[in-house]
Amino acid sequence: MRMSKLVRTGADLLYPFALIFGLYIIMHGHLTPGGGFQGGAIVATGAAIVIAAWAYEDVAEMIRKVTMKAQESAGLLLFIGAAALALGCGYAFFYNVLANSGGLFGLPVAFGPNPGELDTAGVIPIMNIAVGIEVWGGLTIILLYLLSGLKSEEGT
Amino acid sequence: MFWNLPFIAVVVLCLIGLATIVMKKNLIKIFLGITIFESAVNLFLISLGYREGGIAPIYTTAPSIDMVMATPQALTLTSIVIGVATSALLLSFAVVIWKKYGTIDTDQIRRLRE
Amino acid sequence: MKRALIVVTFIILSGALLLIPGLLEFGMPAASDMDDYFLEHGQEQTAANNIVTSVVFDYRGFDTLGESVVLFTAVVGTGLMFRRMFKGEEYEDE
Repeated sequence: MRMSKLVRTGADLLYPFALIFGLYIIMHGHLTPGGGFQGGAIVATGAAIVIAAWAYEDVAEMIRKVTMKAQESAGLLLFIGAAALALGCGYAFFYNVLANSGGLFGLPVAFGPNPGELDTAGVIPIMNIAVGIEVWGGLTIILLYLLSGLKSEEGT
Repeated sequence: MFWNLPFIAVVVLCLIGLATIVMKKNLIKIFLGITIFESAVNLFLISLGYREGGIAPIYTTAPSIDMVMATPQALTLTSIVIGVATSALLLSFAVVIWKKYGTIDTDQIRRLRE
Repeated sequence: MKRALIVVTFIILSGALLLIPGLLEFGMPAASDMDDYFLEHGQEQTAANNIVTSVVFDYRGFDTLGESVVLFTAVVGTGLMFRRMFKGEEYEDE
């Protein structure tokens, strides 16, 4: 059930802005309000606009189900891997090994209000990206399955 | 009466949600009652952590250091995501029931089983 | 008879629920020692400016792991309800 040409063009123009805004909220989760879950929901809303505007046969070629399933599984595995990183270094299970050290995300922060820096907070940005990828894949897969169930004929 | 307004709103929303679940016969309207009840519980969780004269617990360019409690907000995030998971499963059940019975009226679904 | 029973149950339930604004006070939480510790030492231990994110992912990261698995299970359950039959295959309980 396609919508008119005006709606389809508007959805095509709005999707990159929603994608950029959602990725900004995911990436700056340790400095401003937001984080993995909220940013993933914003990007999935952008994908939902595209799914609602085009007919289902066109959408099934643009956004494949296999890609979204692989994306969701990769997000969950990255989250568990970032948590098990501390087990390999000799600490407890969810310990923040990269904070306050000199490595990848390891700049120390003094107490009190300050303009934020992106390089801080250890394992937390990696977990934010993993959860954002998982929520994006999961919500898009739910929408695609619910839409595919309406058009099916019985297989018997 | 107006200094306790968030808690009064929680009670009103709970009763509206319960009345919708008990008295309606369409499956989609029952699902909307469940969603209203979940929103009432999330509002209750957040409004338990308010401190008078406090700002959000974020240190980036903060004007002062008196902050509200941070743990109820973290628990509410988990609760909202679990609500999304429950709603997805409920709606897929409703679609399968519609395909199999042809109607989503709970009186007729109960009658068609025999 | 049934309507009268529903109305009486609602009156009893709303009377019990109205104890919530009556007994709780808005703006003065009763016990906040753990949150005072998080607000004071959160920045030097986790090096994040957002205390809510550090509570969700660092101090209480195990709950976030459980929540991610619940979301994954919901997607698997939704995909299970919309399976199609392939040609030459039958369901076993019909």
